[in-house]
Amino acid sequence: MISIQNVHKSFGDLEVLKGVSLDVTNGEVVSVIGGSGSGKSTLLYCINAIENIQKGKILVDDVDVHSKETNKDKLRQKLGMVFQQWNSFPHMTVLENAALAPRIVKKMSKDEAIEIAKKELVHVGLGDKFDVYPTKMSGGQQQRLAIARALAMKPDCMLFDEVTSALDPELVGEVLDTLRLLADEGMTMICVTHEMGFARDVSDRVAYFHEGVIAEIGEAKQVITDPQNPLTQKFLSKVR
Amino acid sequence: MNSLFTPLSWDDTGFILTGVMNTVTISIVAIVLGTLLGLMVGFARAESNRLVNAVFGGALDVLRSVPLIIQLVLFSTFVGAIGYPLDPFVAGSIILSLYTMAFMSEVFRSGFESVHQSMQTSARSLGMTYWQTIFYIRLPIGLRAVFPSWLGVSLSVIKDSALVSVIGYMELLRTSDQLISRTQQPLMILIGVGIFYFIISYPLSSYGRYVERKMAI
Repeated sequence: MISIQNVHKSFGDLEVLKGVSLDVTNGEVVSVIGGSGSGKSTLLYCINAIENIQKGKILVDDVDVHSKETNKDKLRQKLGMVFQQWNSFPHMTVLENAALAPRIVKKMSKDEAIEIAKKELVHVGLGDKFDVYPTKMSGGQQQRLAIARALAMKPDCMLFDEVTSALDPELVGEVLDTLRLLADEGMTMICVTHEMGFARDVSDRVAYFHEGVIAEIGEAKQVITDPQNPLTQKFLSKVR
Repeated sequence: MNSLFTPLSWDDTGFILTGVMNTVTISIVAIVLGTLLGLMVGFARAESNRLVNAVFGGALDVLRSVPLIIQLVLFSTFVGAIGYPLDPFVAGSIILSLYTMAFMSEVFRSGFESVHQSMQTSARSLGMTYWQTIFYIRLPIGLRAVFPSWLGVSLSVIKDSALVSVIGYMELLRTSDQLISRTQQPLMILIGVGIFYFIISYPLSSYGRYVERKMAI
């Protein structure tokens, strides 16, 4: 369970998050939508302790993410994160990509790590690509590899930061299908996305970010199809 | 009547081979030390703040901008003058290694910098520590990117090692120099020396091509 409490985050003089609060329960899928620069990606970076915060608190399973006593490397093992840029490790095969973190971070034996990596690669539909180098694959395949790589760490929650934004349009579907599969399996997910159809159909709740605050949050279908806040209405009328 | 000059003979083989071995030895020392030091300095430069860069950068600029031959003569004379004369091999190794380091550090710095920040963030988000990210991600990716440049620097070190002759190290060029004064057969000897340099460098450059082919996945 993730609890975000009144989080403020600034880059220099620029305040990007101006008091964001959000609780995500286990098994819940929350999509975060909003214009660029609204702070939605920054929130994910703060949850994963990639960025620090100036005020407020983020708890992941009651562990204070930004406390000095928190082992951030340990914390990140619980939070899988996938980025807009898939960042495959180009010097390793697909299988080695997925097996690396279990082996060196969780100190699993090589066989164990490979077994888990194979399982997760099959999971995302890359069962026939084990020995391929990622640079030979499409963006959609590499993004699914990034998902498998994160899943191989057995995270409690997955954070998706605009994972389809850098993809060619015809490759978006296969990645969204993978996210849908994870959601159906009960994975806790926070998805920053521009895919309104995905947000509506797959998420439990949708949060609309506007200038560093959550302007509207509610049941997914309601927020997307019948937004109450005029700001949300305006945003959605523009992206449709 | 005995001539002042004696022609080249098979008896000179041992002498020439000593020169070849000495060239190989000092080149290997300089490439190995230069690579190791260059890796460390290059990493520090890629990671560090402007102050460290300014200090390191200044020293590296001197090493790279002053001709090697001047560095060799000045250093060897200087240590001699302050009462610690060094064996030509030692003095030559020190300067040639530092000179190599100066070029290698820039090669490795650009290698480390070629690995984008977002790649490191991805690795860290998997729970890898700072050092694991360097060891498993930045180092292997960065080294692949700069391998051709590394090879280029290494090959020029082999040829630059000829300059160590000026402080009295009996390497290939100095050996040939002495043979030329004795035999007065400069053309033949210089052609032979050129062939020897080629033979020394060729395995490295063909190994480089092999590695590049293997890495071009």
